Amino acid sequence: MFVFIVRRILQTIPVLLGVSLVVFLIMQMVPGDPATLLAGEGATKETIEMIRHQLGLDRPILYQYFDYVIHAVQGDFGESLRSSRPVLDEILVRLPITLELALASIFITVVLGMVAGIISATKQYSAADISIMIVALLGISLPSFWLGLMLIYFFSVNLQWFPVSGWGTINHMILPAITLGAGGAAIVARMTRSSMLEVVRQDYIRTAKAKGLKEHVIIYKHGLKNALIPVITVVGLQFGALLGGTVLTESVFAINGLGRLIVDAIRTRDLPMVQGGVLIASVIFVFMNLAVDVLYRYFNKRIDLN
Amino acid sequence: MKQFEEKILEVKNLQTYFFTDEGTSKAVNGISFTLNKGETLGIVGESGSGKSITSLSLLRLIQSPPGKITGGSILFKGEDLLTKTEKQMRSIRGNEISMIFQEPMTSLNPVYSAGEQIAEAIRLHQKLGKKEAWNKAVDMLRLVGIPSPEKRAKQEPHELSGGMRQRVMIAMALACHPEVLIADEPTTALDVTIQAQILELIKTLQKDFGTAVILITHDLGVVYETCDRVAVMYAGKIVEYTLAKEIFTNPKHPYTIGLLNSLPRLDMDQEELTTIPGTVPSPYNMPKGCSFAPRCAHAKKICEQAVPDLQTTGPSTQVSCWMFTPQWEKEYDAQEKVGV
Amino acid sequence: MKPEVVMNNTELNVNKKKSSKLQHWKAFYKKFKRNKLALIGGYIVLFYILLAIFAPLISPQDPYEIDLVNTLQPPTTDHWMGTDDKGRDILSRLLYGTRLSLAVGFVSVFFGAFIGILLGLTAGYYGKWIDTVIMRIVDVLLAFPGILLALAIISALGPSLINVMVAVGVFSIPMFARIVRGSTLSVRKLEYIDAIRALGATDFTIIFKHIFPNILSPVIVQATLRLATAILSAAGLSFLGLGAQPPSPEWGAMLSSGRDYLFSAPHIALFPGIAISTLVLGFNVFGDGLRDALDPRMKK
Ligand code: SF4
Repeated sequence: MFVFIVRRILQTIPVLLGVSLVVFLIMQMVPGDPATLLAGEGATKETIEMIRHQLGLDRPILYQYFDYVIHAVQGDFGESLRSSRPVLDEILVRLPITLELALASIFITVVLGMVAGIISATKQYSAADISIMIVALLGISLPSFWLGLMLIYFFSVNLQWFPVSGWGTINHMILPAITLGAGGAAIVARMTRSSMLEVVRQDYIRTAKAKGLKEHVIIYKHGLKNALIPVITVVGLQFGALLGGTVLTESVFAINGLGRLIVDAIRTRDLPMVQGGVLIASVIFVFMNLAVDVLYRYFNKRIDLN
Repeated sequence: MKQFEEKILEVKNLQTYFFTDEGTSKAVNGISFTLNKGETLGIVGESGSGKSITSLSLLRLIQSPPGKITGGSILFKGEDLLTKTEKQMRSIRGNEISMIFQEPMTSLNPVYSAGEQIAEAIRLHQKLGKKEAWNKAVDMLRLVGIPSPEKRAKQEPHELSGGMRQRVMIAMALACHPEVLIADEPTTALDVTIQAQILELIKTLQKDFGTAVILITHDLGVVYETCDRVAVMYAGKIVEYTLAKEIFTNPKHPYTIGLLNSLPRLDMDQEELTTIPGTVPSPYNMPKGCSFAPRCAHAKKICEQAVPDLQTTGPSTQVSCWMFTPQWEKEYDAQEKVGV
Repeated sequence: MKPEVVMNNTELNVNKKKSSKLQHWKAFYKKFKRNKLALIGGYIVLFYILLAIFAPLISPQDPYEIDLVNTLQPPTTDHWMGTDDKGRDILSRLLYGTRLSLAVGFVSVFFGAFIGILLGLTAGYYGKWIDTVIMRIVDVLLAFPGILLALAIISALGPSLINVMVAVGVFSIPMFARIVRGSTLSVRKLEYIDAIRALGATDFTIIFKHIFPNILSPVIVQATLRLATAILSAAGLSFLGLGAQPPSPEWGAMLSSGRDYLFSAPHIALFPGIAISTLVLGFNVFGDGLRDALDPRMKK
């Protein structure tokens, strides 16, 4: 297990380098010269050249990339073109909000998804199962931003149960967390259901029946634990979708998190900010995946070794 | 020879059908047999003959839908299991009638230790505390010949070898001293040397506990070593039902003879092993007459037209084949005449 | 004499293969037809495709015509879905928007599938270091959470519907590459591939004539499900103002303009959302049905 964790950590290094390279290359595709942009209109050729030299833009591209990585590793993602503050500082202000939102949403995804999936699987083809599966199908088909708007319309505008926008209290969190977590919950519900139905067909369930155990003991004691193992992976993947989804949710609910920072940065062409934001979100996701893999491996070792 | 008098299990005309999109499959199509106290009955057949479905039907463990026991009766100590409630069945399963399965690899729950799984069966049927049940589980592991059982009990299935897991399954099945043990191909998935050990173990424990055993197998060699009586199944029916010894010295049904000829034997000089040509008919598309007719070298017209009844041909032998009926000679004549 | 015999044999084999293929599709069709839900999904998709094709014929109004007298009107007999903040007929805009959504979906998925399939086939067929390199690239692409990769691409290329297609397409590449590689690996192991190679077939023939048809079903299933995701992502990007620009009747963009009138005219945001959801639902259900019908593992 220890060897596995170490190996897995080492494996993330090339992935992280790859991610940074992709982000770096994407930024190179930007039409126009950053130095000219930065210098502003009417700048002389000399000024532009000077800025270019200052930014290291006159060096070979590979050199620029390594320079970028070395700085990034030290926490230096450059300065925002708009506010002239270090990118990392701005991100660190926003990040906790986004992480709070993400955690609240993943809670909804996991709890709602698993409970619904278990109900569905244990009552296969019942009215409850069919309605849960239809709602789940809707869940993966609704655009989250639209769901958010509709929730605002019904619960904030009409019923006035929750604030329309902003962040800070539990009340602020509920609608955004539902908006962001609903899609994942639908996927987890579908996955839990099929995983449970798969497990119910396993030989050890037959053994449990032959022992004379009650149906619900068989399902909850012998089935559930096994069924949830593959669901771990799905939850991990959902975390990524969710992290990306904060971009939309934060925009709908006017939450000043990382997602909104990135979108605003794209609108104002604040490239270092976009670069840093995307990179940090990806790094979080990569480490999240690492954790999920280790968890999965831990629970799945018994099955793997067969 | 041992004397068996007390019937413990009597199966009469059992029918288990599967209703699927492709049609109705008569997996078990009206079989009858009896099991006496302490004896071992072998049920032999190829895969798809319905022998495993029979064993699952006895404990009413058929997956439903699509399966359903549609007729017959299973008398256990004189009471019909098919009329019992699910709750009554639960108190019989694992307690009075136990079962072990073919795949020791997958038949144990991967997330619980061997000891936990045995203790669970014990606590379910006996009023024992956690500690006592655990100790009893360890005792059972010792009984089935697992070295250092205290340590093994704490291990999870993936830490045990296949033979070991099958021993755990046996320990679990016998933990409540059942009167009937159904062993569904208990050695098929194991190495040859371990097969012999497991069979020996079942035999010894059977004597000690006085358990009656139904041994499901495709291997006549296993029958030879362990069984008192044997039922040969083909396409959902019993085609020959007789003493285990009889079947080796005096097999009757063409299918049984075919099975015997495909068995490597040390006591006979065999030129080569023969296999039965053809395959088991599709359960959705059974021949009208004798289901073995398409593969039978002796088949006559009558075989394709009507199903032969089970004929009593000896004190403890029954065969389902037209050859052993009075009609056979007439049929033979008729064909001769046609030939002329 | 001999070559003729061989010829006959191959011919026989080919015939056999054809009839088994036919049977395969028949079985698939039978299975698919039995799945009522999937059939509904198929009809929804077909319905939207027809709407897109005939949008100019069935639209009651010009989707771009501004009518400042009748702004923010709730649904009436004149405007079945009401009007937006510029008095444009929402129904007409939605009908035209169908074209955009479907176009973005199909183009981006086709683009992503094309590159993904090429990568997957190459990786799966050649294996060794080629496989390692390609799959590492795929890993990197998958390391971006959700639509952030698409977002980054748009930030570089600038907001427009074409760039959304590119971005969402790239976003789809890793999925296809993985699935195709997996199927290629399993097909490559089959005996007959070795036999064909022994007969002197080139890699190109083997890959495209023998392996590709065998991996088609998972690709079709994935493409259908991916269309749903692509349409959602594209709508999301337009909603953020990074895709189609006003006055385009793109559904995400329409939704975006509706959010400012959530209090006074919620129908502006309501209808485009319903349109997106239904179309995406159609693709999802259709894809699920295809998978159940095509996936041999699901057969009992
Ligand atoms: S009934 Fe006829 S076909 Fe069937 S086994 Fe006997 S001889 Fe063969």
